[in-house]
Amino acid sequence: MTVKVHLWSGLRTLTGGQEVVEVEASTIGEMLRELVRLHPALQAPIEAGVSVSVDGRIMASDLTAPVSAEDEIYLMQRLRGG
Amino acid sequence: MALDDQKSVFKFVGTRPDRPDGLDKVTGRAKFGADVSAAGMLHGAILRSPHAHARIVKIDASKAQAHPDVKAVVTRADFSDKVPFKPGLAGEFWNVLENVMAGDKALYDGHAVAAVAATSALAARDALKLIEVDYEVLPHVTDVDKAMAADAPVIREGAADYSVPEGLHPNVVRYHESGHGDVEAGFGEADLVVEDSFTTEATHQGYIEPHACLAQLGADGKGELWCTTQGHWIAQKTCAALLGIETAQLRVTASEIGGGFGGKTTVFIEPVALALSRKANRPVKIVMSRSEVFRATGPTSSASMDVKIGMKKDGSITAAQGIFRLQGGAFPGAPGDMTAMCAFAPYNLTNVRQVGYDVMANRPKQAAYRAPGAPMGAFAVESVLDELCNQLGLDPVEVRLKNAAHDGSKASYGPTYDQIGLVKTLEEAKAHPHYAAPLKPGQGRGISCGFWFNHGGETSVSLALSEDGSAQLMVGTPDIGGSRASMALMAAEVLGIPYENIRVTVADTATLGYNDVSHGSRVTYASGLATIKAARHAVERLCARAAAKWGIPEDAVKWEDGCAVPSGPNAGDFDPLPLADITANMGATGGPISGHFEATPEGAGVSFGTHIVDAEVDPETGKTAITRYTVIQDAGKAIHPAYVEGQYQGGAAQGIGWALNEEYIYGEDGRLQNSIFLDYRIPVASDLPMIDTVIVEVPNPGHPFGVRGVGETGIVPPLAAIANAVSNAAGVRMRDLPMSPPRILAALKARDG
Amino acid sequence: MSKLHVSTTVNGDSVEFLCDPRETLLDCLRDKLNLTGAKEGCGTGDCGACSVTVDGRLVCSCLMLGVEADGKDIATVEGMAEGEELHPLQQKFIEYAALQCGICTPGVLVAAKALLEKNPDPTEEEARYWLAGNLCRCTGYDKIIRAVMDTAADMREAS
Repeated sequence: MTVKVHLWSGLRTLTGGQEVVEVEASTIGEMLRELVRLHPALQAPIEAGVSVSVDGRIMASDLTAPVSAEDEIYLMQRLRGG
Repeated sequence: MALDDQKSVFKFVGTRPDRPDGLDKVTGRAKFGADVSAAGMLHGAILRSPHAHARIVKIDASKAQAHPDVKAVVTRADFSDKVPFKPGLAGEFWNVLENVMAGDKALYDGHAVAAVAATSALAARDALKLIEVDYEVLPHVTDVDKAMAADAPVIREGAADYSVPEGLHPNVVRYHESGHGDVEAGFGEADLVVEDSFTTEATHQGYIEPHACLAQLGADGKGELWCTTQGHWIAQKTCAALLGIETAQLRVTASEIGGGFGGKTTVFIEPVALALSRKANRPVKIVMSRSEVFRATGPTSSASMDVKIGMKKDGSITAAQGIFRLQGGAFPGAPGDMTAMCAFAPYNLTNVRQVGYDVMANRPKQAAYRAPGAPMGAFAVESVLDELCNQLGLDPVEVRLKNAAHDGSKASYGPTYDQIGLVKTLEEAKAHPHYAAPLKPGQGRGISCGFWFNHGGETSVSLALSEDGSAQLMVGTPDIGGSRASMALMAAEVLGIPYENIRVTVADTATLGYNDVSHGSRVTYASGLATIKAARHAVERLCARAAAKWGIPEDAVKWEDGCAVPSGPNAGDFDPLPLADITANMGATGGPISGHFEATPEGAGVSFGTHIVDAEVDPETGKTAITRYTVIQDAGKAIHPAYVEGQYQGGAAQGIGWALNEEYIYGEDGRLQNSIFLDYRIPVASDLPMIDTVIVEVPNPGHPFGVRGVGETGIVPPLAAIANAVSNAAGVRMRDLPMSPPRILAALKARDG
Repeated sequence: MSKLHVSTTVNGDSVEFLCDPRETLLDCLRDKLNLTGAKEGCGTGDCGACSVTVDGRLVCSCLMLGVEADGKDIATVEGMAEGEELHPLQQKFIEYAALQCGICTPGVLVAAKALLEKNPDPTEEEARYWLAGNLCRCTGYDKIIRAVMDTAADMREAS
């Protein structure tokens, strides 16, 4: 299914100005793979580590978590704690 | 998980029993990092650069090696050469290696350049003097703004990652920009726009226990490491990579930990001790001195920030913008991105933009310190808010309530908030007697909100029942503030056996699956969730044994108050079967009964707090006294309220130190001037008042009992709350931390012209 | 450097050890006598984690040489409890959650005991100034001060 991924604005330079990217995916892992396929420049930030917010719930690392067309999805910088 | 599934009535959770490690810790029996030794043990010591930036031309250790007491000398050549360098944080193992033992260049005052192992601690210290190092001293920079300037010396080419826009100095290694709406349009709608600049200095976590370890590594590649750490699996993984051995061959045991606050989430001396041990073929112990802790372990970032906020006369914010430049030492990692993402997170904003820079300078590699990056940003943002309230004649709590983020608000960093507790903390603040108490002349009051992302992380927990009905719980997160008590409470709640019948152990890396570090306020959340699930797993197996005994289906048995009971009248008529009756002969009814949980829980939920501070400024000396302090924070559900209060109080006290006294002071020569506790002054008992706490409980939907982490958020509001109180007391806006007496005197003088 | 022979009393026991004249009393307690209750937090007398009493006087054992202990009467945290019976301060610290990581606790307890022996009825301010030489980074001192004040009240009632 088609999911809408919101990027942080600093990534716009890597997606030709797009801040929302639509990809075909049913899990976070598929979604990240598709993002890189459509916008190869996104490989660097994704490799450096990202978290994904799905309907306000921040996933730090779970690639298997499901995503769907109704979800509000945000790519975020990987969180680091103290 | 839906909130409906959440447990809300408790028997054990929410009580305040004695902690299980209490007796060991009040009698001196508890074993911390430096409290062990081994037969044949050598003592290690590390030679450190006296220069802020220098090329290492030559290291001649021949005299040290020839000394009869010296059994090994190591330099960078004794570590793996297979650790890849990559830009930004992608090559973090290389960054750590470069930090624990310098390569071509010494990058800061205190950077390790060589190490020795000798027969006594004194002999090792003496032997360092026998090592000759030729340095070619290079220009250095320690200030964040100067490190970004065009003429700044370059610390390392190629360290910047993909995110850095063209045209910035090579010392800028990461860049973050986010937000939504149109800030320029928003500023245009404002009745008042305040724009100001702020700085904070680097502070140290200041844990009282210096780093210490005991290492053994043989020629067979098998090793043992005992160390004080917030995470022994990350220590295992990192040391293995740096030494070029297999992860599983290194067993790491976490000692009792004498404070960490983020500073013990990485390694410093551990790989060095292992390298020395491998070379000497004997166990090696290294204990840092306090001065080494200050010079060579992670302080926080220092920061330089510009914040602009527009407000209408009624107190509503029309737009907010922040630029946050964080200096993180000679390596990538300063959390400018976190500062940016947290800075405006408490507020429901239509127009917001935030920019964060990660900047390198000739200082030690920054390490996490409680909500890393968030306190600085909150200081700048909440100071500007206070100024807006003052200029518009508005009440600071009302203004924050008017703009507060709530369930369904769009966060400044993007997503929509789920259930959050900020409004509740502000309502509690408004209703608190502290907020209505009159101030004496010379006193001022300050308010600040604070936000932090909490974290889940990889978690493994194992619970084993004994024949007598007691339980052993093995967790993998070092206990930094009483977590064994919380874990036992949660297990008792599920199993229905007394708290005292559960023994909680922090297991070593060989006896449990991987666990992420005790950081990100994750322990009570993630290890707690894992404990509950492991206990439920054991309960399922207990019910199955009861079902077999009674000859009824497993789903016809439920667990109540420590006993298996038939699930309803149709299941049959059997007396409740207590846990101990099932375990008594478990070996003969199917084998030992244990419960496990291994996963990466992803529902930590975000956390908010509001602080109220009264401060009194002495106009003669410039000294500030904190006269009253109240912390209000959302805990979701407080498992052991006494230790939740302790986290709140400790965070506030550290914030008071950061705001008023603590700072890294560098000389013109780039050397740290205050590397002992006499000169780096953390708050002492006579500096502080009692610290009142209010525990707000807005359950976290992502935890079976509603827990939110509480460890970090408590240090986010203090800098701003105290700066606001001091500014209001002194009648002059304080923009630079720490607000030390000389700085306050200078501000008072400037105010009076 | 040749070592010196030291005879002293620690927690009521007669002990002997050989030490380098540069070694501190703290080094000797920890490394020669395996009494690791006293901790080294700073080595400069600023943190109080190494607090012990010498002939009844509260000192930082990192600021005293091992050789100076000869003939003295030393008391450390390991000697605070009498058999299984904890000192009231030890009991109260557990009850009040007056410790988090616990590294400063031995020093704080030794110092607080010395305070109550000298002044059984301290004000909060007196307790705070007496304990100002014992750094704690975890607690903000709130629960420590409450535990000390409440122990003092209990001990006054009991005596």
